[in-house]
Amino acid sequence: MSTPETTETAALAEETAGHGDISVGVAGSSNSGEATASATRITPGNALRPEDIALAVSRGTAKPSEDAAELALRLGDDALILAQRLGHWISRAPELEEDIALGNIALDQLGHARSFLSYAGGLDGRSEDDLAYFRREHEFRSVELFEQPNGDFAVTIARQFVVSYYQFELYRRLAQSTDATLAGIAAKAVKEVDYHRDHSAQWVLRLAHGTEESRTRMIHGFKVIWPYVDELFRDDELTARLSESGVAVQPSSLRADFDRLTGEVLAEAELDVPQVPAAPGGGRRGFHSEHLGYLLAEMQVLAREFPGASW
Amino acid sequence: MASQTLQSVPAEPSPARHETRHEMSPEDAARRDAEGQAYFDKVMAEDSRIEPRDWMPPAYRKTLLRQISQHAHSEIIGMQPEANWISRAPSLKRKSILMAKVQDEAGHGLYLYSAAETLGQPRDQMMQDLMAGKAKYSSIFNYPARTWADMGAIGWMVDGAAIANQVPLCRASFGPYGRAMVRVCKEESFHQRQGFEILLELSNGTPEQKQMAQDAVNRWYAPALMMFGPPDDDSPNSKQSMAWNIKRFSNDELRNRFVGMMMEQVKVLGLTLPDKDIRFNEDTKKWEHGPLDWEEFHEVIAGRGQCNAQRLERRREAHENGAWVREAAAAYAEKQAKKSAEKVSAA
Amino acid sequence: MTTPEPHSGNVWPIWEVFVRSSRGLSHVHAGSLHAPDAAMALRNARDLYTRRNEGVSIWVVPADAIASSDPDAKGAFFESPQGKDYRHATYYTKSEGVKHL
Repeated sequence: MSTPETTETAALAEETAGHGDISVGVAGSSNSGEATASATRITPGNALRPEDIALAVSRGTAKPSEDAAELALRLGDDALILAQRLGHWISRAPELEEDIALGNIALDQLGHARSFLSYAGGLDGRSEDDLAYFRREHEFRSVELFEQPNGDFAVTIARQFVVSYYQFELYRRLAQSTDATLAGIAAKAVKEVDYHRDHSAQWVLRLAHGTEESRTRMIHGFKVIWPYVDELFRDDELTARLSESGVAVQPSSLRADFDRLTGEVLAEAELDVPQVPAAPGGGRRGFHSEHLGYLLAEMQVLAREFPGASW
Repeated sequence: MASQTLQSVPAEPSPARHETRHEMSPEDAARRDAEGQAYFDKVMAEDSRIEPRDWMPPAYRKTLLRQISQHAHSEIIGMQPEANWISRAPSLKRKSILMAKVQDEAGHGLYLYSAAETLGQPRDQMMQDLMAGKAKYSSIFNYPARTWADMGAIGWMVDGAAIANQVPLCRASFGPYGRAMVRVCKEESFHQRQGFEILLELSNGTPEQKQMAQDAVNRWYAPALMMFGPPDDDSPNSKQSMAWNIKRFSNDELRNRFVGMMMEQVKVLGLTLPDKDIRFNEDTKKWEHGPLDWEEFHEVIAGRGQCNAQRLERRREAHENGAWVREAAAAYAEKQAKKSAEKVSAA
Repeated sequence: MTTPEPHSGNVWPIWEVFVRSSRGLSHVHAGSLHAPDAAMALRNARDLYTRRNEGVSIWVVPADAIASSDPDAKGAFFESPQGKDYRHATYYTKSEGVKHL
C-alpha cells in the first residue's frame, strides 16, 4: 500500500506492517516468551490440498484408472452437493456458534469434493470446475441422500449424522487403497469426517432429549432421511471391480459398522431406527430426485453465463 | 482499603454478575467515583488500558457499548450480502474462499459481542435490539450485492475501509475491544486481498467481465467512503472518542488516507474510481475526494436503504427458527446437570 | 466436566476459552463464547478459536466460575512484592564475574 509520507501515515503503516503476514504471531514476537504463547498465533498448517491433487494430475504424476476416476466422481459429487446444501446455513443457523460449526463442515466437504473431482478429471483433462459447472444433471453421480433439502435444523442434523457415519467408514478403508491418490485424499478426509460424526451425534442427543418439540422434530428428521440410507451401501459392477483390484471395498461391507455405531447413538438418544421403505435411488447411474435440478441450476448459473471465463 | 476479598466474578464478567457490590453510603460512593476518575484519567494519560471491572465514566461505558455492539451487528448483517453469492460462486475455489470469509464474519461478530458483554450487556439483549431496529449497523450492508463482481468490490473496498478503521482500534483504550480487534485484523488480512484478486481476474477477463467489475467499483465507491462516518465537522462524538483513546484518527483523516491507497491500487486493477475530483493536495499533504451524498447516507441510516427491511427480516427469521434448537440444548444441559447432581448426592 | 447453572429459556451461558498454542506452552485466554454445556462449549471453541491452527489443546470454563481479585485493590493487593529486590538475582552484585553463578 502506498500512502503519502506523513508522520501519521507512517504510524498507520507501521501498524499495518504485520497485516497480511500470517506468520506475524511467530516471527513478530520472538523476543518475548509470553507472546509466543499467544492464543492468536495462526498458521496455514500442512496437509494435502485440492490444489496439490490438481497439480499432480496436470504433471501426470497422478493419473486415475477409468474405474478410479468414476469412483472419485461419485464421492466428489456426494461431497459437492452436500457442501452446496450446507453452505445455505451460513447466516441462518440457530446460533452464531453454529453458523461457524456448519460452515466448517461445509468447507471440509467442499475440500473433499475438490480433491476428488480434480483427480477424476485427470482421466480426460477436465478441471474440477469443468466437472462441477459444465456437466448436466444426469451426468452427476451423487446419491439421493446428499441432495435432500435442508429442512429444519433436525433434518439437516439427521442427514449429517447419516452422511458422516457413512463417510467415516468409507474413508477409513479408502485410506488403505491401492490407489495412492485416493488413499491420500481419504486419509485427510477421514479425520475431518470423524469430527462431523461427533458434531452430529452431539446434536442428535440434545435434540432427542431436549424438549418435546425438539424430540418430535428429531424423530421426523430421521424419518424423512432414512429412506435414502440404503442406497449408500449398494454394490454394483464398478464397486465389484474396484474391490477386486484393492482400490475400494464394496459399499455393502460398510453397513455392519455403520449400523452398529449409529445404533449406539440412537440407543442413547432413545430413538428407534425408522421403519420406512428404502427409496429406489439411482444417483450412481444419473437418476436423481427432483431436488438436484434446482440445486444445480443455482450452482451453475453464473459459470454458464460466461463459458470459458476465468474467475 | 486492603480488602482481600476474592469475589466470585468472571475475569471478563458475565452481565448478570456485574457490579455485585455491597450497598455504599453516598459519601463512600462519591469518594469511590473520585478515586475511579483519577485512576481512569491516569490510564488515559499513560495511554494504558481500561479493563472491564475497572471504574469507568458512565458515558465511556455507554459509548463503548454502542460502538462495539454496532460493530458486532455490522459483522453479522454483513454476512448476508456475501452469503447471497455462496451458492452461485463461479468456481469451487471461489466458493471455498467466500464461505470461509462469511464464516469469519460470524466469528468476528462473536468476538465483538463478547467484548461488549464484558460491559454488562448480554448478547441476547443486543440481538433483540438489532432485530427490533433499535440498534444500528454499518449502512453499507443495506446496499444489494447485485453481481459476482460485488464480491470483489466488497472485499477490496468495504473490507479495505473496515481494515483502515480497525487497525487503529487494535490500540483502543478498552482492553477487550482492542484484543478482539487484534484477532479480527489478523484473520481479516485475507479478506481484502481476495476481493482485489476477484476484481483483477474480472478486469483481465472478457469485456463483459471487466464491465461487471467497473460497475461494481462504481456502485460501492461512495458507500465505502461513507463507512468512515460523517465529515469531522458533523461528527460530534468523535472528539470525545479520541480523548478517550478509543478512536485514534478522525473520520476524515482515515477516509483521505484510504482514498490515497485506493488511487494507487485501482491502477493495478486497470479500473477507475468514479470520482474525478480525487487529488493529492500538496499544501496539506493529504488526499482529497469529491463530494459525497450525505443525504443518502442519513436516509440509509434511518432505515430507508434498499435492503434494510430485508436484512433485518432475514436475521429475525434465523433467530426465530433457531429458538427451539437453543431451547432444546438448554433443556438438555439442565437435565444432564440435574442427573449428575443426583449422582453426587446419592454417592 | 462441570456445567454452570443452566439458564432458563433459550439463552446459553458464557464460557471463557483458553488455548494452548503448542506443546510446552501454557493455555492462554483466547476469548469467550456461548454454549449450552461444557461438551458443546469445547466444540464451539474448537470451531471458533482454532480454525487457523491456533491450538493443540483447549480449556473451557464457565465464565461465572472464575474468581477474580478486587479491581479496586490495585495498589494494596499487589503492593507487597514491590521493593523486595532480594528476590531477584540482580540484587547480588558481589558475585559478578564469578563463572557459572
